[in-house]
Amino acid sequence: MSTISNYFIPAIVFFVLVYALRKKVNVYDSFCHGAKEGILMSIEIFPFLMAMIFGMNILLKSGFITDFFSLFRPVLEMFHIPVEIMPLAVTRPVSGNASFVVMIDIIKQYGVDSNLGRMAAILQGATDTTIYVLSLYFGSIGIKHIRYALKAGLLTDLITVIMALLLVTLFFA
Amino acid sequence: MMNKIWASFIIVGIVYGFLTGKMDIMNQEIIASGNETLNLFMVSAPLMVLWSGIMQIAKDARLLEKLAKMLRPIFKVIFPDLDEKDEALEYIASNLTINMLGIHNASTPFGLKAMKALQEKNPKKDTASRSMITFLVLNTSGVTLIATDILAIRMMYGSQNPTELIFPTIIATVVNTCFALLVDRFLYRRSVKREHH
Repeated sequence: MSTISNYFIPAIVFFVLVYALRKKVNVYDSFCHGAKEGILMSIEIFPFLMAMIFGMNILLKSGFITDFFSLFRPVLEMFHIPVEIMPLAVTRPVSGNASFVVMIDIIKQYGVDSNLGRMAAILQGATDTTIYVLSLYFGSIGIKHIRYALKAGLLTDLITVIMALLLVTLFFA
Repeated sequence: MMNKIWASFIIVGIVYGFLTGKMDIMNQEIIASGNETLNLFMVSAPLMVLWSGIMQIAKDARLLEKLAKMLRPIFKVIFPDLDEKDEALEYIASNLTINMLGIHNASTPFGLKAMKALQEKNPKKDTASRSMITFLVLNTSGVTLIATDILAIRMMYGSQNPTELIFPTIIATVVNTCFALLVDRFLYRRSVKREHH
C-alpha cells in the first residue's frame, strides 16, 4: 500500500509542471519566486514554533499529561484506544502547533515507524484545528452564537481519531 | 487566548515537575528546546521552500482557480442556501484548494473573506448562519493531500519510508470530511425542528 503513497508527490509535481508549461508559464522563474516566499514564511513562523516547542515540552516532560490520562486507562482500553495517543487527540482541536509538538514527542518516544508513531502522523495530518479556526473565523465577523458548530467540529475530530486507529491496523498490522 | 494557554503550559509543567521531583529533566528540557526548534527548522524549512516553489507554479498557471471551478457542482449540494454564483463560494473554493495542497498559512485570508461574504447575507448578524457552519466544518475537517511538515518530521526521525502515510492520511481526511458534512446536516435539521416546537 505504501507504493501508492509514493506516487503522490511525483504525480503532483509532474502534473503541475506539464499543466503550467501548456499555459506558457515561465516555470523556472515561478519556482524561484515561490521558493523565496517560502523561505520568508518559514523564518516568520520560527518564533511561534520555538514558543510552542518550549512551552509544550515543559508540560510533556513534567509527566502531567501522561499521569492525567493514565487515570482513564481502563475506560480507554475498553474501546481499544491506546492511552499514549490521548495527549494528541485532545490537543489537536485546540492548537495545530501544540499538537505538532505532541506528535513529535510520540514519534520520539515510540519510534517513527511504530504504529503509535504512524497513528500520530495520520491524526495530525488528516484534520485541522477546530477551536482555533472557529474562534478566528467567527471572531472576525462578530458572531456570538455559534449554534451547533463546535459540536459538529469536535464529533468530526473524534471520527478522525477512530479512523487513524483503524487505518494503521488495516495498513500496517 | 494563546497568551493564557501558553503560560499555563509552562506554569503547570514546572509546578508539576517540581512536585514529582523531575526538576533535573525540566532544566535540561528548557535548555534543549532552543536547539530542538533549530533542528526541526533545518529539516522542515527546505521542504517547505521547495513545496512553495512548486505551488507557485500552480498558482501562476491558474491551476487553483481551475480546481476551484471544478468544485462548483459539488458546492450546489453542500451549500443549498447559497446561489451558485455567490462570491462566497469562490473564496470557499480557494480556501479549500489551498488547504488541500498543504499551504495552510496562505488559505486563511480566503477563509476570512468567505466568512465576510457569508455575513453580508446573514439575517441575524450575531448568530452563525447555516452556510457558515457548513464552511467551518469543511475547513476544520481539513482535506490535505500533502502535509510537508509531517513529512519533514518523519524524515528527521529516520523513517524507512517517510511518504508511506500519504494514502492512509488521504483516506482518513476524506472519510472525516464526509462525516463532517453528514453531522452538519443532521445537527442543522435538529436545530430547525427545535425552533418549530
